[in-house]
Amino acid sequence: MKHARIAWAGALHDAIESDGQLELLTPAFRGQRVGFDDVVWLPPLAPTPPHRPRTVLALGLNYADHAKELAFKPPEEPLAFAKGAASLIGHRARTVRPAGVKNMHYECELAVVIGREARRVRKADAYDFVRGYTVANDFAIRDYLENWYRPNLRVKNRDTCTPIGPWLVDAADVHQLSGGPMALKLQTTVNGQVTQQGSTADMVFDVPTLIEYFSSFMTLYPGDVILTGTPDGVVDCPVGAEVVCSVQGIGELQTTMVSEPNRAPAPAP
Amino acid sequence: MNALATRAPAPAPAAAWLPCGTVYGTLLNFQRERDLWAPRMTQPPYLAAPQAPVLYVKTANTFALGGAAVPVPAPVWLGPTLGLVIGEYEPNSPAAQDGQAPAAIKNRVIGGVTVSACVLMNDLCLPHESYYRPAIRYRNRDGFLVCGTQPVRATQVDLATLRIEAWLNGTLVQTLDLATLVRDAATLLADVSSFMTLQPGDVLLLGTDCLADGSRPLAQPGDHVEIRAPGFPTLSHSLVAQADEEGGAP
Repeated sequence: MKHARIAWAGALHDAIESDGQLELLTPAFRGQRVGFDDVVWLPPLAPTPPHRPRTVLALGLNYADHAKELAFKPPEEPLAFAKGAASLIGHRARTVRPAGVKNMHYECELAVVIGREARRVRKADAYDFVRGYTVANDFAIRDYLENWYRPNLRVKNRDTCTPIGPWLVDAADVHQLSGGPMALKLQTTVNGQVTQQGSTADMVFDVPTLIEYFSSFMTLYPGDVILTGTPDGVVDCPVGAEVVCSVQGIGELQTTMVSEPNRAPAPAP
Repeated sequence: MNALATRAPAPAPAAAWLPCGTVYGTLLNFQRERDLWAPRMTQPPYLAAPQAPVLYVKTANTFALGGAAVPVPAPVWLGPTLGLVIGEYEPNSPAAQDGQAPAAIKNRVIGGVTVSACVLMNDLCLPHESYYRPAIRYRNRDGFLVCGTQPVRATQVDLATLRIEAWLNGTLVQTLDLATLVRDAATLLADVSSFMTLQPGDVLLLGTDCLADGSRPLAQPGDHVEIRAPGFPTLSHSLVAQADEEGGAP
């Protein structure tokens, strides 16, 4: 089943995908169907309890080809960093490209959402702790890259720069696929042109390994998210570009690049 | 979390304060450590001095209550620091616990950001030499952010002159002087919030410092730690040996 969180008719709703529409789960509107175009899509993540901010972990250089592209040998230990959940936005949202930057690129990633408290989890048991999967686009602005506690938050933790969604797909639905979550095609298009292609099969550290690794020193809680890294083929995304990050069987996450408000629009090409 | 999400009010006993938002830590924000690093800043792998604040996230699993016995696998660096609690009046804010009416509560706007309270923290981490791309396991272990039992209203704190002391087993081992910050609270808040919104409940740590020789105070299992500052309840906790084996990848 595919789950979404949306804003519609002045309120937030949980919904599921049903015959190409959204079926609302809110008691007052239970069973009501609304079109994909008629809602605001929010990150498909239930709120975390009070006093427990969501942990968002992200991987750097976790695809063999991406590591090669950047002339970097594959890491011996997962290169992870933590993000603030405030940078998350939903499907069909707008990501702000700061004025004057020269290289702001998408990063299409399989996102793993944790379903059970995970501590000292063995690789063989790791899938039992997954709630589901979604698609994330972990934008980076390379102009701001500095070599201190990489990747620095000015590159990776900006408002609007982590689209995620549209669907949270139940783990069981993905695990029953041939190859499970580790054999999914990833693809990004910019204005309809394919610019990035890869497969989760090429991850340096696969999902069970990552869950084992993180949970060996930190407890993961329900609703925490692991962004598992991106493959080869990242390109600059100008203002006006429509970026679609897809993971096979999980979803297509669409983002529109916009300029900072109160700034002149980008010159016509 | 998106702006439309709601947060239920959370009861918080006075002696059990924890952050309810994301905690951001700051590195290289004391002049002494910055000066000691300066000769190396232009060398590989750094190549240039940092321009933006050097930040990291202390995830929710790191939050430990004041008084906690924190399990550690090895000696740890102490990281006494001050956290700025972002946001307006909240039902569980220290001011509310004083019994004041909301209208009487004065938040402080610092660097363009509303700050309701300040809190002592001990930002623990495992020693690491490189600031280039350290593994997250150094800073984000369970219990590695020990939180003050009670925030103090920001209007009652003189951020320009506050001195914070770290005591280890009854001996003073470090004094932080907020007058020696590279970016003071206002500058840091302005610079950080220029590219990411600090949300109500988030906490921004002003930074940790090194000792005169560039090292950091080390503590180990069995040690008792106190973080003290005038006007703040003392933050005390202990360290214990981590009992269980760490499995998993390297």
